[in-house]
Amino acid sequence: MPFLLQISRAIDAFNKVAGIVAALSVFVGCAVSAGNAALRYGFSVSSNAWLEIQWYMFAATVLLGAAYTLAKNEHVRIDIIYGHISMRAQLWIDIAGMALFLLPTCLIIGWVSWPLFTNAYAIGEISSNAGGLIRWPVKLLLPLGFFLLGLQGISEIVKRIAALQGHPELVARYEKPLQ
Amino acid sequence: MTQSLLGPIMFGAMVVFLMIGFPVAFSLAAVGLVFGFVGIELGAFQPAFMQALGARVYGIVSNDLLLAIPFFTFMGAVLERGGLAEDLLDGMGQLFGPVRGGLAYAVIFVGAILGAITGTVAASVIAMGLISMPIMQRYGYDMKLTTGVIAASGTITQLIPPSLVLIVLADQLGRSVGDMYAGAIGPSIVQILLFCGFIAIVSIVKPDWVPALPASARTLSGRQLAIKIVGGMVPSVALIFLVLGTIFLGLATPTEAGAMGAIGAIALSLAHRRMSWAVLWESMESTMRLTAMVVFILIGATVFTLVFRGLDGDLWIESLLTALPGGATGFLIFVCVFVFFLAFFLDFFEIAFIVIPLLAPIAHKLGIDLVWFGVLLCVVMQTSFMHPPFGFALFYLRGIAPPSVKSSDIYWGAFPWVGLQMLMAIIIVLWPELVTFAIDAPPNIDADSITIEVPQMDDNPPSLDEDEPAAQ
Repeated sequence: MPFLLQISRAIDAFNKVAGIVAALSVFVGCAVSAGNAALRYGFSVSSNAWLEIQWYMFAATVLLGAAYTLAKNEHVRIDIIYGHISMRAQLWIDIAGMALFLLPTCLIIGWVSWPLFTNAYAIGEISSNAGGLIRWPVKLLLPLGFFLLGLQGISEIVKRIAALQGHPELVARYEKPLQ
Repeated sequence: MTQSLLGPIMFGAMVVFLMIGFPVAFSLAAVGLVFGFVGIELGAFQPAFMQALGARVYGIVSNDLLLAIPFFTFMGAVLERGGLAEDLLDGMGQLFGPVRGGLAYAVIFVGAILGAITGTVAASVIAMGLISMPIMQRYGYDMKLTTGVIAASGTITQLIPPSLVLIVLADQLGRSVGDMYAGAIGPSIVQILLFCGFIAIVSIVKPDWVPALPASARTLSGRQLAIKIVGGMVPSVALIFLVLGTIFLGLATPTEAGAMGAIGAIALSLAHRRMSWAVLWESMESTMRLTAMVVFILIGATVFTLVFRGLDGDLWIESLLTALPGGATGFLIFVCVFVFFLAFFLDFFEIAFIVIPLLAPIAHKLGIDLVWFGVLLCVVMQTSFMHPPFGFALFYLRGIAPPSVKSSDIYWGAFPWVGLQMLMAIIIVLWPELVTFAIDAPPNIDADSITIEVPQMDDNPPSLDEDEPAAQ
């Protein structure tokens, strides 16, 4: 168990870095988008590369941030039942859900999105818009994001098993996100 | 097992698995994938179907309109931490204070402004509850009226442009954001008028429920008050018009308008000396978590809907709903009641991504205007958020109200406002022009507010071609 917890800590640390990149992408995307709009109408300057950077950043926010969000236990649940059962039952639901729902999903979507990246990389695919960006980096984010999410799922399983054995402080408490 | 049963079984499985309480995004995806494999085994569709999933997910993260989610959330997060609500409520309270019911009017107007900017019910209810409730109590406002007006003013946020909710609805309904905003303006104004009218009646019938502030409480007057109001109000109102105006004038896409709003919010916070690296970082981080969470619901829902359609589940739903007595009217009544109850348990994004893709094609087929449909659903959902005992807004209010406030006060206080919101829904049904008058007849004529068509409503499985985002 100590070894597994070490792995879990390593995964958490790595996905925290990914989360920081994802959070910075929010700001970069925002600044680029606002700047681009201002330049287009202020100086009639526009470039497809800048337009595309916006959604590259969006993709990074979503795909690199998902694992970190899972670590923070902030993926929304329907808690009519979940909110009223014992913590042990919640831990078991999470362990089963991670193993049976999350990991296979990450595996399959990661698997089917991998060829998107390899094809784009092999042919050096570039956006069809004039002056657009090279495509493989954003396509790499798909399998990478689901890989990181799967890793985080493993880490969460380890932490929940440890929690069942008397270390509940390892697991982030679930609170319904504000809407 | 015949293939036609798979759709209903899949739907049932989704309901069961969502109720267990594992995160919605992954439960939806898992149900979709399991039934996808079952479908392939039974020959309902080709294995290539599953490979299209990668392209679908890519289509979501390259959708220019969804990009508005982080931008609008970021704008709201920055303003929330910048003390905007405090400034607004303080100024408005001082301005309206001398009038009977003045604090209640202030809450309604601030709710509308905050809502226009942040668009989140929780943020509005919490901010106004924390700031206004103690003041209203101190000056003798009736407890039920206090809790009612705060919760109700928090829930109207979703309807008031430029709310993020309307952008997501536009995306899911396949209409332009400009149309959606234009359609929501009339109902937003009527809703605010209804609320203010109610307070006006209360101040005549029960004047002791809504006393005017005593002179001693009016700390500001004349020039100082003017400065306070100008300082608090004008920048935020300017921000709303910057965002809305650039969209309506066609100067910017909704996405870019959101980005400019966020940068404007940062500038505002800087000007008020409330910006720091810590605030900026917290805003980015919470925006990132919310964006990842919401878009993953969409990814899960997309996997689910793709397979569900492949198994003809959509046809099953359609046959159920079109068989309702009363045609379009029967459909609308059913949908409103259904969404009303659903909104007790699901939040807006879950309803928008799971339920609306199933309902929109049917509504369209029945000849219902989709903008009007979206606005109506918005009003129905906000009624639900306000309805005891499950309404979200009441939960949030309970969470921040001191223990001296009884839950029964919060519940009973909500009733007149639920009534007003239902009245609003009835007005929209009986007077559809309130929504449609502002919309140009042929949809999508404004080049700058074109909806990017994610292959969300296709009846066929997508091809293996990837979807490039449309050029702007």
